[in-house]
Amino acid sequence: MNNSILIIGATSDVARSCAYIYAQKQHNLVLAGRKPDELQVLAKDITIRYDVSCDYLKVDLMDIGSHTKAIDSLAEIPDTTLCFAGYLGNHELAIKDWREAERIIQTNYSGVVSFINLIANHYEAQGQGSIAVLSSVAGERGRQSNYLYGSAKAGLTAYLSGLRNRLASKGVHVVSVIPGFIDTRMTEGLDLPKPLTASPQQVATAVFKAVKKKKNVVYVLWMWRFIMLIIKLIPESIFKRLKL
Amino acid sequence: MRTTVSNWNHYPVKDTELTYWRGESIADHTESWIARGMGRCYGDASLSDHIFSTLKHNHILDFDSEAGAVCCQSGVTLQDLLEVFVPKGWFLPVTPGTKFITVGGALASDIHGKNHHVAGCFGDHVTNCTLILPNGERVSCSPTENQEIFSATRGGMGLTGMIDTVTFNLKKIESSYIRQRQVKAKNLGEILELFDTYKSHTYSMAWIDCLKGGNNFGRSIMMMGEHATLDELTEKQRKSPLSSQVSPKINMPINLPEFVLNSFSIKAFNLLYYNKNTRKVIENTVHYDPFFYPLDSILNWNRMYGKNGFVQYQFVLPLNNSEAGLRKIMNQIRQRGWGSFLTVLKLFGKQDSLISFPMEGYTLALDFPMRRGLFTFLDELDQLVLELGGRIYLSKDARMKPETFQKGYPNSQEFLSILKKINPNLSVQSDLAKRLSILAS
Repeated sequence: MNNSILIIGATSDVARSCAYIYAQKQHNLVLAGRKPDELQVLAKDITIRYDVSCDYLKVDLMDIGSHTKAIDSLAEIPDTTLCFAGYLGNHELAIKDWREAERIIQTNYSGVVSFINLIANHYEAQGQGSIAVLSSVAGERGRQSNYLYGSAKAGLTAYLSGLRNRLASKGVHVVSVIPGFIDTRMTEGLDLPKPLTASPQQVATAVFKAVKKKKNVVYVLWMWRFIMLIIKLIPESIFKRLKL
Repeated sequence: MRTTVSNWNHYPVKDTELTYWRGESIADHTESWIARGMGRCYGDASLSDHIFSTLKHNHILDFDSEAGAVCCQSGVTLQDLLEVFVPKGWFLPVTPGTKFITVGGALASDIHGKNHHVAGCFGDHVTNCTLILPNGERVSCSPTENQEIFSATRGGMGLTGMIDTVTFNLKKIESSYIRQRQVKAKNLGEILELFDTYKSHTYSMAWIDCLKGGNNFGRSIMMMGEHATLDELTEKQRKSPLSSQVSPKINMPINLPEFVLNSFSIKAFNLLYYNKNTRKVIENTVHYDPFFYPLDSILNWNRMYGKNGFVQYQFVLPLNNSEAGLRKIMNQIRQRGWGSFLTVLKLFGKQDSLISFPMEGYTLALDFPMRRGLFTFLDELDQLVLELGGRIYLSKDARMKPETFQKGYPNSQEFLSILKKINPNLSVQSDLAKRLSILAS
């Protein structure tokens, strides 16, 4: 068992906070993402701050054919994989332009599934490992304002539930982390209700604890579990008329 | 994002557009803009129509562990640097009285610390700075490369563009503790003598009671310090000699009502503060955090001044006029009943610069709660400061007049001539620069 952590989507605000938490506890890191320049800067920053080894790996989740090669290029596959990749996209554009819709679906769903499949198979074979993936409350019920993003996250949440079921008896732990709003680059400029908005540090801490305590499904702010329960209970005949 | 922003003293408050800057191009920006870090200036230096916060542009880029040279993005805070580098045996070359500021802010304000008389300003330790000029061009500048741009950037209040990265030298320490010496002075004459006697000490400053009259006018406590060597530590301290752990913080949860701070409560505080040192001389070894950053342990201490905020007034007088000048100004403050809760006195060494604050002589920093008549009174003090050949610190200013700036900073025309070359459209503009007509010809 190695103590290193693979972080996918590592340049996001939440991923960076999470990387700091693990590095502070002297875990070695591999940062994966689309932008090698930014990854390199972050890897160096982490090495200087925490005196741990921190490598980076260029992975484009949309380029599904490249995933096997990317994972094979690692000297050793870390025993914990955290996935923070996500793309909110432009919903108005996406309902008219397939390229935007495809980008939303691939970054949030199929790309993640392809990559995590490979990791999961490796963990299953070795009989241990932890996988934490960030999904979203948007995946709990489709709403007109962002159902493309929501449907991709819904697929992801269902995928994680199935994966957890499959690997539970194989010594591999899978946790779905469901944040509500997060105050990040993705939501910059949106007017979010403060009590329902988590900071990147809060989400990062929740991920760290969820992995450590082998949780199954974690809501970062408890109110969201309650809010989504109510939203899910609204009968469809009423729900379809709501402006959500 | 549309929001209201004010800096540490809660005055002025600006309704503005605030976005995080992470290195992207700003060349085609049409509104006036300014960079902002932790917002610890006391006024409008980091306010503008559009504010770019550097707080997410905060990676440490490189560290040479032999020479102690660190290169980081402008949004890295001194707190971050202390946490990372103190355990490795390095300390900041210059630090102000708070660690909650960014490196970009430290260079733009060319900050000074308790060691100015021996170490100069922060800018004196910077070996390179990359700057994004208002036209979007990235330049590297230093005391030897693009010298003119560098000299206008250090202490230039952010008006030369966006500070991207800063490289500077840390100083080697054996421990994270300070061998401290506190000496009480009965009056102003005695404290000025002490500054002279102890000028070889690395760190020195004094707390001064600005409300006491008579024989004890200017009574103070001089505080000096040296980085402690390993042998100077107690057994307990020696267990973790390079600890950067700081004690838990207290938070000021609400704005206090305005009547809490008045001349009676300030007099009472001063009496207690002066008499807490029962002996004339105290020597001990303390962690760097309480020595350098006593107020950082009370988060949001600025709320003590109430919701209307306060004004900090920091001036410096040339050495030859310092004693007479301090007497004159402190008398004026005392007679008019404008008590300052925390007043700090310090002797600066020589300083060459364009519009950086320090010059050889004494500097006094006072906090005044916002009250009716304060600005008129401070205008009177400005006159005295100017007559004595002194000047006011831009990073602490929220209210002075353009003439006070022009007269106090004789190199301001030279600064302006450099700015005209690199910021010709005046796209980089702060409310401070507008108020003081820094960029007007």
